[in-house]
Amino acid sequence: MSTHVSTRPGPARGHPQPAPDKRPPKFRSWPTTLDVKGTPYAYVAPFFLLFAVFGVYPLLYTAWVSLHDWDLLSAERPFIGLDNYNSVLSDPDFWNSVVNTLGIFLLSTIPQLLLALWIANLLNRGLRTRTVFRMGILVPNITSTAAVAIVFGQLFSTEFGLINWLLGLVGLGPIDWHTNQFAAWTAISTMVDWRWTGYNALIFLAAMQAIPKDLYESAAIDGARPVRQFWSITVPLLRPTILFCVVVSTIGGLQLFTEPLLFNSGTDSIRGGTLRQSQTITMYMFENAFAPNFNFGYGSAIAWLLFLLIIAVALVNAALIRRFSGGRKGSD
Amino acid sequence: MESRLFNAGRLTYLTLIVACLLSFFPIYWMFVVATKSNDAMGEVPPPVLPGDMFGDNASRLLENPDANFITGLVNSAIVAGAVTLSVVLFSALAGFAFAKLQFRGRNGMLLFIIATMAVPTQLGIIPLYILMTKLGWTDQLQAVIVPALVSAFGVFFMRQYAASAVPDEMIEAARVDGCTTTRTFISVVLPTLRPAAAVLGLLTFMATWNDFIWPYAVLGDPENPTVQLSLRALSNGYYQDMSQVFAGTAIATLPLLIAFVVFGRQIIGGIMEGAVKS
Repeated sequence: MSTHVSTRPGPARGHPQPAPDKRPPKFRSWPTTLDVKGTPYAYVAPFFLLFAVFGVYPLLYTAWVSLHDWDLLSAERPFIGLDNYNSVLSDPDFWNSVVNTLGIFLLSTIPQLLLALWIANLLNRGLRTRTVFRMGILVPNITSTAAVAIVFGQLFSTEFGLINWLLGLVGLGPIDWHTNQFAAWTAISTMVDWRWTGYNALIFLAAMQAIPKDLYESAAIDGARPVRQFWSITVPLLRPTILFCVVVSTIGGLQLFTEPLLFNSGTDSIRGGTLRQSQTITMYMFENAFAPNFNFGYGSAIAWLLFLLIIAVALVNAALIRRFSGGRKGSD
Repeated sequence: MESRLFNAGRLTYLTLIVACLLSFFPIYWMFVVATKSNDAMGEVPPPVLPGDMFGDNASRLLENPDANFITGLVNSAIVAGAVTLSVVLFSALAGFAFAKLQFRGRNGMLLFIIATMAVPTQLGIIPLYILMTKLGWTDQLQAVIVPALVSAFGVFFMRQYAASAVPDEMIEAARVDGCTTTRTFISVVLPTLRPAAAVLGLLTFMATWNDFIWPYAVLGDPENPTVQLSLRALSNGYYQDMSQVFAGTAIATLPLLIAFVVFGRQIIGGIMEGAVKS
């Protein structure tokens, strides 16, 4: 583009020169040409400049750092190939964090998306006070994650928590939500579901409203009951949206950090409890990469393994959704 | 013939009311504990009605030397305000360019932006931290502000809105009248983009106010926290004064709740429109 401008005959402010043959008949003086050709780049430049420095460069640099023995204070940072990856993969604490992350992910995502579908279906009916209901289910999503994690940490407190008190009313013994691994997963998943169910319901609702009503009318004439209509019309037509929500939940869910960190308190919180009951992969990365260890190389290797895991899980989920939400028209 | 799928019976209302109550309860309970004395936490049954101790709890909170709560609030307001202004401005500029201006590489660049939205952000925090130590920005607010000044989501969001809301004829007419692109942007495009800019601004402000992992990594100095880091310091103390901690969470949540009550309809509209288009 700049070469094009520089080959134009001399400055022509207010004195248009005859256009060469290739030019369109509507001739523009060169400041206008510069404006039309150059301004779009000026408009997108701030984004790309800042994004290159603070977005793309760190991502690529993570790969470079992960191949070195690199910590905060070391004067030398020798290249060690895949050694960091080997150490991570042979560390049982890493695999523990993988199991925790996947466990919390499954426990939270499946009920969350099913509940969201159900609520969206309810919201899609002829309701009075529509906005009130929509705001009501979205309110968890706008609260601060840290604040909510602290609140849930207390709700699930073993001795004085409201949840254990409620369980006691129906004769269930107190559950040690913070030390029992599966209980901790459940409590953290509840927190994640509480935050994201309403948000996903609104996204499903938006997609449901785009489905033509006459599809349901003809199905009703054919004798299909509402439940059948839901599974044979709504869910298959919602497939792209379900896929979108599953992929977004995968990217977010596998990076879970704030909720489990603040659910646990005390010095062990970055380890997800004394026995690492609820330490996720991101917490394990953080424990190694930042204070007090500052082992950047090792942490970067964990970051890349997490990235690969996210891609793998997203692909598996996409394949599963394709398979199971097809309804009667499974061909597309 | 209307399908029964669209009739709202009593059960529909009942289920939705229960869903809304469950959504609201933890927030309500947060305000309950924030207004009770710390001893009330040990009561059986646990307290479910608000008390009158909020002033007491809040003053203990403000005097707590470990929390630096006022600094946290001010810092969060500065960070979220600066990031919001910048994201809205740069997203409007780039979104308008992608939607309405012709330039070489346009589609490729847009695809790139969409692709980066799927990349997990936490992947980059280690090199970002190394970069901040080189710049000498650790423990300072610009370490949290500058990396967040642009947003791929914001550009995409504004592009989608500009594509449908700004008529081509309007831009052509401004051009014929001799407007430069920038003049057209300021007097013709920007007013049209205002509703989307407001929604993007709200979403950005809330997300930045709530941001945790990156501030936690780079703002190690307890004297200079964001409000979320103050909450973390509070809840992680040796002595658990829960009513003080909850006074903190309540105050930190209040601005978000007020914004939601005032602009909830627009926020819902923004989320739902974004869903249909993407």
